[in-house]
Amino acid sequence: MLPDQTPSVYAGGANVIAVLILLLEFGMFRQALLRDQVRLYAGQSGLLAALAVLVGAVRDLPGLYVLAAVTAALKVVAIPLVLRRLLRGADPADVPATGADIAGSGGLGLASTVLIAIVVAAFGFFAAGALPISASAAPVTALSVSVSVVLVAFVLMIQRRDVASQAIGLFSLENGVSLAALVVAASLPLILEVALTFDLLLAVVVFGLLIRMHHGRTESLSTADMTSLRG
Amino acid sequence: MDAVVVVLLTVPVAAAIAAFWLPSRAAGGITAAAGISSFGLVVALIPAVSGRDLALHGFVRIDALSVVFLLATSFVYACVAVYSIGYQRAAGAHGGGEDRRYGRLFWAGLNLFAWSMLAAPAMGNLALLWIAIEVTTIVSALLVALEGTDGAAEAAWKYVLLASAGLAIALLGTIFVYYAGSHVLGQSYNLAFGPLLRVAGQLPHAAVRLAFVLAVLGFGTKAGLFPVHTWLPDAHSEAPTPVSALLSGSLLAVSFYAILRFYQIAAATLGTRFPRDVLLVFGVASLLLAALYLLDQQDYKRLLAYSSVEHMGILAIGVSFGAPIALAGVLLHVLAHAAAKGNAFMGAGVLVRKFGSKGISSVTGGLDLLPWSGPLFLAAILALSAMPPFGIFRSEFEIVTGGLEDSSNAAAAILVVLVTVAFFGLSLAANRMLLTPR
Repeated sequence: MLPDQTPSVYAGGANVIAVLILLLEFGMFRQALLRDQVRLYAGQSGLLAALAVLVGAVRDLPGLYVLAAVTAALKVVAIPLVLRRLLRGADPADVPATGADIAGSGGLGLASTVLIAIVVAAFGFFAAGALPISASAAPVTALSVSVSVVLVAFVLMIQRRDVASQAIGLFSLENGVSLAALVVAASLPLILEVALTFDLLLAVVVFGLLIRMHHGRTESLSTADMTSLRG
Repeated sequence: MDAVVVVLLTVPVAAAIAAFWLPSRAAGGITAAAGISSFGLVVALIPAVSGRDLALHGFVRIDALSVVFLLATSFVYACVAVYSIGYQRAAGAHGGGEDRRYGRLFWAGLNLFAWSMLAAPAMGNLALLWIAIEVTTIVSALLVALEGTDGAAEAAWKYVLLASAGLAIALLGTIFVYYAGSHVLGQSYNLAFGPLLRVAGQLPHAAVRLAFVLAVLGFGTKAGLFPVHTWLPDAHSEAPTPVSALLSGSLLAVSFYAILRFYQIAAATLGTRFPRDVLLVFGVASLLLAALYLLDQQDYKRLLAYSSVEHMGILAIGVSFGAPIALAGVLLHVLAHAAAKGNAFMGAGVLVRKFGSKGISSVTGGLDLLPWSGPLFLAAILALSAMPPFGIFRSEFEIVTGGLEDSSNAAAAILVVLVTVAFFGLSLAANRMLLTPR
């Protein structure tokens, strides 16, 4: 149980980090290059690691320092590296001819997409806020923001029509879930948390391989030709 | 019995490692041996779990419910392993370097996929269950893409993206269960089923309600429930046939197992009304969609895939009836569906080889041309259509009886009507392919 005087600083810090994670999620809408999207993902993951340190310090859960280290090592360093390596040559920055792949892959214009994302984020925020989830130790606002992050990640995945943005959208969705976990399930045993994170690394490798396979076949990251299977 | 569990969870991994390094023929032999011995080991577990649970170091826990799903998975694994020997021999006739690479990946992937599906029902807590199911996605997505065709790449991408997004939702559900449990079990516990079920009556309702809906939606994506089933027909039709059989016969059931675990907790916390209503909605919607697609389907592998959606819908409706006989019917249905669907996909694989097409209209006179596989495929289709004397007839009969006992007369009537529509769809297609003279 927390001492009475800590929640304001703790909750304030946690909420600021959660909002920054949400802002980076919005930032992904305007990125045209794969490496910029990966950079935003790494930034988001770095914020998650910082939140883990904050929660660990305030709630005296030393396991979270280890989790923060694992998150930083895997999500900030290893996963972006693996993605960059697997997709070398597929990034429009490296292949100027396909420069429109990611930038122009949105089904809607940037402004409309951001408007939709704002509506969806507000819905998630208020819907989660209306839930009678009252944890003495949890900053409930950060939980509401995490639901917004998950929903905005879905908007990114649905709106973009290229495999790279869809994959990054999914990984950032997972960051939203991790944010929720840090808020309401911070004391989840470390071994399970670490297993979940390694599982993500495996998923990233598979996504990378499938993206590379797709790019190898079509010379493009676009999903426009993925329409043969119907009915 | 602990040793049996350890061996069961080790054999497929060992087979995967061996299969990766050995030539295709030896890899096939080892895979078949691993599949058959896994089935034998699960059968040996049956008496050990009647009336008690097998627990190992808190991570592994096998009870009577787990064994039903282990039995379904190991049976399909054994059959598919033997079938794959002939399948691969026909596929790798040229013996080139590309074929060798394909063979190594196929055999290693098949064993790893089977291992992940055997591991899921054996896991003792919700977090490990989620991890095991995520591993099934990762391995099977690569297997779906293995053929390397445009269709396979498209199907694998849709599958891995949708299933992973679904599982992220399921993870959110798991986290809410953790949050609910921490009110009673303290801040640090490991999400084990046993303790959670013991204190389920004291958990906060809102969190459990939310967790259950998220889990049904999330794991339902993998189980092929409407409206999150859209990856399923693509992946089942584009994967190599042995993988399709495992996907349909085992993977969907294992994902449904995860839903059942959340159902147990939700029912103990909230009472059965809310979780049963949720499953009824998903079940009827899945059954309705599948029955309609079965009526107008041009591709027989997709036909079988939609039949899987139909059967997952029947399972969800069966659980929603709640009566003990309906639940017994659901568990029998899991076993009977695994056997029949595995057989049907293997038959479909033979048809693809023989006719070089997955189109229903390009196959005629199947019974004349395939004196062994034709009648077996027909038997599997009749079994899937719930004709007596097959197991699915018995299980659906029990589910409908349970619905009437529970006074869910309207839902039972809808179930019977939609199953009849599905029967017409399946039998018309089978008639066209097998009995129409060439």
